[in-house]
Amino acid sequence: MSSRTTEDFREAVRRHPFLEGLDPAFLDAMVRLGVERRFRVDEHLAREGAPANVLYILLDGKVALEVGAADHPALTVQTVGAGEVLGWSWLVAPYRWRFDARAVKPVHAVEIEGGALRRLLSEHPDWGYQFLLRFLPVLAERLENTRIQLLDIHAR
Amino acid sequence: MLADVAPDPTSSAAAGHPLAPLPYRVRAVATETADTTTLTIEPRSTRSVPAPAPGQFVMLYAFGVGESPIGVSAHRADGTLVHTVRNVGKVTSALARLTPGDTVGVRGPYGRGWPLQEARGQDLVIVAGGLGLPPLRPVLYEVFENRDRYGRVEVIYGARTPKDLIYYEELQSWRRRSDLRIQVTVDAAGRDWYGDVGVVTTRLPDVRFDGSRTSAFICGPEIMMRLTAQAVVARGVRPEATWVSMERNMKCAVALCGHCQFGPTFVCRDGPVLSYRALEPFLAVKEV
Ligand SMILES: Cc1cc2nc3c(=O)[nH]c(=O)nc-3n(C[C@H](O)[C@H](O)[C@H](O)COP(=O)(O)OP(=O)(O)OC[C@H]3O[C@@H](n4cnc5c(N)ncnc54)[C@H](O)[C@@H]3O)c2cc1C
Repeated sequence: MSSRTTEDFREAVRRHPFLEGLDPAFLDAMVRLGVERRFRVDEHLAREGAPANVLYILLDGKVALEVGAADHPALTVQTVGAGEVLGWSWLVAPYRWRFDARAVKPVHAVEIEGGALRRLLSEHPDWGYQFLLRFLPVLAERLENTRIQLLDIHAR
Repeated sequence: MLADVAPDPTSSAAAGHPLAPLPYRVRAVATETADTTTLTIEPRSTRSVPAPAPGQFVMLYAFGVGESPIGVSAHRADGTLVHTVRNVGKVTSALARLTPGDTVGVRGPYGRGWPLQEARGQDLVIVAGGLGLPPLRPVLYEVFENRDRYGRVEVIYGARTPKDLIYYEELQSWRRRSDLRIQVTVDAAGRDWYGDVGVVTTRLPDVRFDGSRTSAFICGPEIMMRLTAQAVVARGVRPEATWVSMERNMKCAVALCGHCQFGPTFVCRDGPVLSYRALEPFLAVKEV
């Protein structure tokens, strides 16, 4: 982790709901890989189709996940914010973002380089397993929310 | 609907009839969304219906068309009533066409509203989906008037898109208040929306309350109420302190016709506000 990173920042990362309670050695290794990032409103954290090589751990702010096409205006299908993580495309080939991610409130985040994280997880399979146990519920919840959206719960 | 039961309130035969609506004058009509209108009505004579409790409904009678159960979204001591109506069919489209000066019939109020007495001293979690907000608005007014009666008050309001949000200006003023927290979310939005996107249940993890001493009030489409009730119960709110308002279609409003029966429950008499404890076995059933 870069020298400008304060102990406060490291502490905020350790207390992040996604990471809290992980094996301390694993947590330290993740914190060492992390880089502090800030995004202004309307700045992009990810572009659909672009190489996906980071995981964001969101400490503050809000990010809109958008899908769109050339002939269709961008549609926000979900927002994520403090206490959540963003990005799973770095984990599995072909390592490309599946959506646009745009800050809709100033974002404070930890960015972890995907390649380094993949190496860390495969060198320490027990950490890799812990990590997947954290990550799967996030994916499952997003899938369930998408299903609920499809039900169109506001239809009468 | 009830055109065959409810006599025209302008006729003398109406006087004294138990189902006779009282004539009200439309004072104001406000467009909320493409299909939703808010009507402010006041008694035409010295007679008005008794003051409704938060969550109760009235039967609104569109002359020559029929009547529909409609929740009360505000009322004043002078007898003024405020209703927000979504135009879905025969009666509601007639109500949506009303203009200031027109007459509408009112009978009621009916049903059991939100159990505010039982909720005293507790945290309140209020979740509204779409047109579920109007019947919950009187609860917010009660909270503002008697703030010390309740603990933390958390409100989540969800709509399909930003265009479907109702009471937009009032929402802004509620968001500036420090005595409650309101989160507004939509299912999908364009780039001009900087708020939350996601179904109402996605906002719940952010809500702070003490489950063992919390009352949850939920109103919206049935699927939304079921999922939200399950989620708040999973967070420790007792099923008997989790309340939903069932807007099952009804005709007579006085537990005679059976139109609104839901299992053993008559929505018009026992509800519309019912506990999740009582409803849980039926809410998952597609047709009761
Ligand atoms: C206790 C209670 C409170 C209500 N409060 C409000 C309110 O504040 N504002 C509001 O706009 N509506 C409210 N409703 C719903 C409203 O009563 C109905 O939308 C209305 O009766 C439909 O009548 P219509 O003649 O316009 O439609 P119809 O021509 O009779 O029907 C049109 C379509 O709407 C459907 N429909 C009819 N009634 C309902 C219903 N209750 N729920 C879902 N779908 C229905 C029909 O199945 C049909 O598909 C409430 C209902 C109840 C039971």
